[in-house]
Amino acid sequence: MKDFILPPKDWDMGTPLPKSDATVTLKIDGFDVTVPEGTSVMRAAMEAGIKIPKLCATDSVEAFGSCRLCLVEIEGRRGTPASCTTPVTDGMAVTTQSDRLHKLRKGVMELYISDHPLDCLTCGANGDCELQDMAGMVGLRDVRYTKGDNHYAPTAAGSLSLNDIRAKVPDGSDNARYIPKDDSNPYFTYDPSKCIVCSRCVRACEEVQGTFALTIEGRGFDSRVSFGGASDSVLSSDCVSCGACVQACPTATLQEKSVIEMGTPDRSVITTCAYCGVGCSFKAELNGDKLVRMTPYKHGKANRGHSCVKGRFAYGYASHPDRILNPMIRDSIDEPWREVTWQEALEFTATRLKGIRETYGRKSLGVITSSRCTNEETYLVQKLTRAVFENNNTDTCARVCHSPTGYGLGQTFGTSAGTQDFDSVEDTDVVIVIGANPTDGHPVFASRLKKRLREGAELIVIDPRRIDLLATPHMSGSHHLPLRPGTNVAVVSALAHVIVTEGLADEAFIRERCDWDEFQHYAEFIREDRHSPEATEMLTGVPAQKLREAARAFAKGGNGAIYYGLGVTEHSQGSTTVMGIANLAMLTGNIGRRGVGVNPLRGQNNVQGSCDMGSFPHELPGYRHVKNPEVRAIYEDLWKVKIDPEPGLRIPNMLDAAVEGTFKGLYVQGEDILQSDPDTKHVAAGLAAMECVIVHDLFLNETANYAHVFLPGSSFLEKEGTFTNAERRINRVREVMKPMNGYADWEVTQLLANAMGAGWHYTHPAQIMEEIAATTPAFANVTYDMLEEKGSVQWPCNDDAPEGTPLMHVDGFVRGQGRFIVTEYVATDEKTGPRFPLLLTTGRILSQYNVGAQTRRTENSVWHGEDLLEIHPHDAENRGIQEGAWIRLASRSGETTLRATITDRVSPGVVYTTFHHPDTQANVVTTDYSDWATNCPEYKVTAVQVAPSNGPSEWQEDYNAQAAQSRRILPAAE
Amino acid sequence: MRQDLATPDSETIRAIIAAERHREGPLLPILHALQAEYDHIPESALPLIAEALALTRAEVHGVVTFYHDFREAPAGRHVVKVCRAEACQSMGANDMAARLLDLLGLDGYGTLPDGSVTVEPVYCLGLCACAPAAMVDGTLLGRADSPAIAAKLAKAEAPA
Repeated sequence: MKDFILPPKDWDMGTPLPKSDATVTLKIDGFDVTVPEGTSVMRAAMEAGIKIPKLCATDSVEAFGSCRLCLVEIEGRRGTPASCTTPVTDGMAVTTQSDRLHKLRKGVMELYISDHPLDCLTCGANGDCELQDMAGMVGLRDVRYTKGDNHYAPTAAGSLSLNDIRAKVPDGSDNARYIPKDDSNPYFTYDPSKCIVCSRCVRACEEVQGTFALTIEGRGFDSRVSFGGASDSVLSSDCVSCGACVQACPTATLQEKSVIEMGTPDRSVITTCAYCGVGCSFKAELNGDKLVRMTPYKHGKANRGHSCVKGRFAYGYASHPDRILNPMIRDSIDEPWREVTWQEALEFTATRLKGIRETYGRKSLGVITSSRCTNEETYLVQKLTRAVFENNNTDTCARVCHSPTGYGLGQTFGTSAGTQDFDSVEDTDVVIVIGANPTDGHPVFASRLKKRLREGAELIVIDPRRIDLLATPHMSGSHHLPLRPGTNVAVVSALAHVIVTEGLADEAFIRERCDWDEFQHYAEFIREDRHSPEATEMLTGVPAQKLREAARAFAKGGNGAIYYGLGVTEHSQGSTTVMGIANLAMLTGNIGRRGVGVNPLRGQNNVQGSCDMGSFPHELPGYRHVKNPEVRAIYEDLWKVKIDPEPGLRIPNMLDAAVEGTFKGLYVQGEDILQSDPDTKHVAAGLAAMECVIVHDLFLNETANYAHVFLPGSSFLEKEGTFTNAERRINRVREVMKPMNGYADWEVTQLLANAMGAGWHYTHPAQIMEEIAATTPAFANVTYDMLEEKGSVQWPCNDDAPEGTPLMHVDGFVRGQGRFIVTEYVATDEKTGPRFPLLLTTGRILSQYNVGAQTRRTENSVWHGEDLLEIHPHDAENRGIQEGAWIRLASRSGETTLRATITDRVSPGVVYTTFHHPDTQANVVTTDYSDWATNCPEYKVTAVQVAPSNGPSEWQEDYNAQAAQSRRILPAAE
Repeated sequence: MRQDLATPDSETIRAIIAAERHREGPLLPILHALQAEYDHIPESALPLIAEALALTRAEVHGVVTFYHDFREAPAGRHVVKVCRAEACQSMGANDMAARLLDLLGLDGYGTLPDGSVTVEPVYCLGLCACAPAAMVDGTLLGRADSPAIAAKLAKAEAPA
């Protein structure tokens, strides 16, 4: 947005802030300025409120010095150096405006404008163009150059100098230098005719995003920005559509299509992205209440001004015509839906729920909270079941993703969250990425990690698949340990074995910070030969030598950090692997400072928060067990109810109980358990057996096919609240527009509670946060006023840590002493055999998110229109499977069909797919095996067979018929 | 079409890359080797080079296009470079070039349809003292005039 209407803190400072504690004082136009050493003259001037004209400089990338507009005079120096590339020195005296500079700048500007179309009034960047601003700033009033060779005129008539033999224009009609606009990307256009070749986009793609999809092709006057090679378009290039280039472009060359269509936004609201657990801060830019674009907010502490294709562009689902805006009810799931008023829907629901409670008892009801909704909303939903239904039957989708993280880190370190902030990665020297695919699942964090890898950090990837991170351009060294799915514990133990037996453990750290007796016990266990890489090689498929090298690299490489994802947790031994990872970090002394730590990459925007808020059946907010009478007392006094001291049901137990006939009513907020939970058939049977399923969502999701009540939800753009990201950062979500459905989600939960007679009176989510802070020690000092002032804060935030806690366990573990836990490898019961010889593992792709309910309703489907099965060439050839062929994927649980793609990214014997599309229903195939400690389902290992197929399976056809039947909506009564 | 050049295939390209990649700064040597083999840099080589050197195909494309001598398609069998830098222009290089193109039957810089000759401009051959200068198949020519260049070309094309 135009700099002069931006508040000074949002100004583009031209060059990045250097990391230096030393300061330098200089004079700029006579004013004293003190800035950190290494600051550019340009930035120092900006700090003093003095703007120097610039085109090729922007503060997201390093100075480049190509536009020659930011020239200044420096006392005692000859010439006019560029202020962006000149670092400040003590006592320097800088002049930013003089007749000489004015003349030079005007001359430079004149040259730029001589090859630029002057169609400003109809240009997409009108009102938001730095070239326009600079022309104004330097006072350009005339261009003396006559029309000649140029890049902007589609026809060459009159534009070529006579007898210019360089111009290959045989008939004089076409301008060979003119390149038409490329609008192949669904979200932005590339118009080379407006390009001033400042290289900001190329540098942003390299420095910020780390994809290197852009380059400058040619030289001199022929120089142009090019996406990929000669025959690439924007879409076919390596571009991942993160928007960094669009953000950096000073002109209309790279421009959001939404701005071209709707015009320049005139106001903005800072909010938090509702996709993954990185929790990027965005500016929602609007015209009135129409959202024009989302741009990454540079003061966002999780993303530091960067974004990915989902957060930046894929917000169209919020206004998609599929959104349901009126409440709907039906007596049974074979009837069509009836649209009704809120009052009728709530009365219907309350009557049903009360009826169930009378007939089947208070434990027959339950809730599922959403990791997509705000902390405040989640808090209310668990309060609904604890205070109004009077049981502890609350669970959340974290059950099926990171519950082992909670358990494993709780047991070893004493707290159930990642230990670092994202900035910490800037100090990492060696990083283990295990069971995570950051470039696809957590792209903005991946960009920061890739930056560190380019600076020389070493990468160790433990994954059955050769993930994209291993192909990071300009990375120096990497280790890939391609293990067989299901053998995480064996690999992690083998790493620990090497570290202990080769004497690489950090004994001083262990003696000081951990329980020494437990360590002795653990060391004895891990020393056993059966944990050696040579002994486990047969099991894991990881060559012993490679594993030893990786272990040595991690132990000796300096600051070692471990990042992990669902490939760790979604296993029958998920909790064991998490503890094994904690052991590795403690063994090598990699806890409690910047650059190290154990960091779960959490899947959903607020999965951390939903766990914090007491969504689990055994824990009240703040991870305090319900059996604990002092904790219960806090809520009993406040809520004036008796809290059940027994833990409630987990999701799988709710479904089992439903099939058995003892669990009858479920309120599901913002979750699609039918598509996302394992063993779809079992989930369907459980839901079908209930008498009142309430789905509260934006869309008629798959779960709603089995629902009796549909309460329309509000999008993240339509409410106030907070999300907590993977680094425990509490970020504000702000209302950008009024709820299209009439009520924010917290209001709907309150209406439902009050229909049941609860008498809640919240008028703003700030009041809910007050209640959370008053009852939960880790949140004690969190208030909306504080978040307004600081932007965000990382819990614990209380009197002990008033500023929040970027790093955990700095002086000691939360539980006192770090605890080593013996990690015995037990193979999963899911085994390959003659009928199911392949192992299926599942994952994510960049452009789609989770069950795809949002991203499938955006243009992101251009990149990923269907789920594909990745299969190794050997396995494909044995089965006569061709690239793109329909195949049948069958397991002991069920079967589905999808298309195959042949790739050696997966090892022989391993196949891989995503579950973004309901047509595929990959979870029909997954089993109901789960983590021994937390019931987290084993999505990542299923024994399967793959065979050529003709089309959809019988299940898919039945399912589609049922879904079509179930989604019928009667027209509203007149 | 050049009949004397092999069709690029990924196996040969990989072998060429493998032979040079041990060098310090291997990208330019690889491009030179490919240019020597195919008289151009096949686009299909870009992803292979990128993969081998931990670069991206965009970066390789940027380097290839920066140097005019790395061609996107093979040149003619014989290449004439006519210097159009300041010294040569002042000594009549433009007229000389125009006459040469007329003689050869070319409308502008480029390659004859039969693939025999490519004429292209170059900005300074470093032979200003003997301007106008040209280069025919790698051999410098001072005080160049178009009939002499045409004669050289005819001789080169003649069957041995």
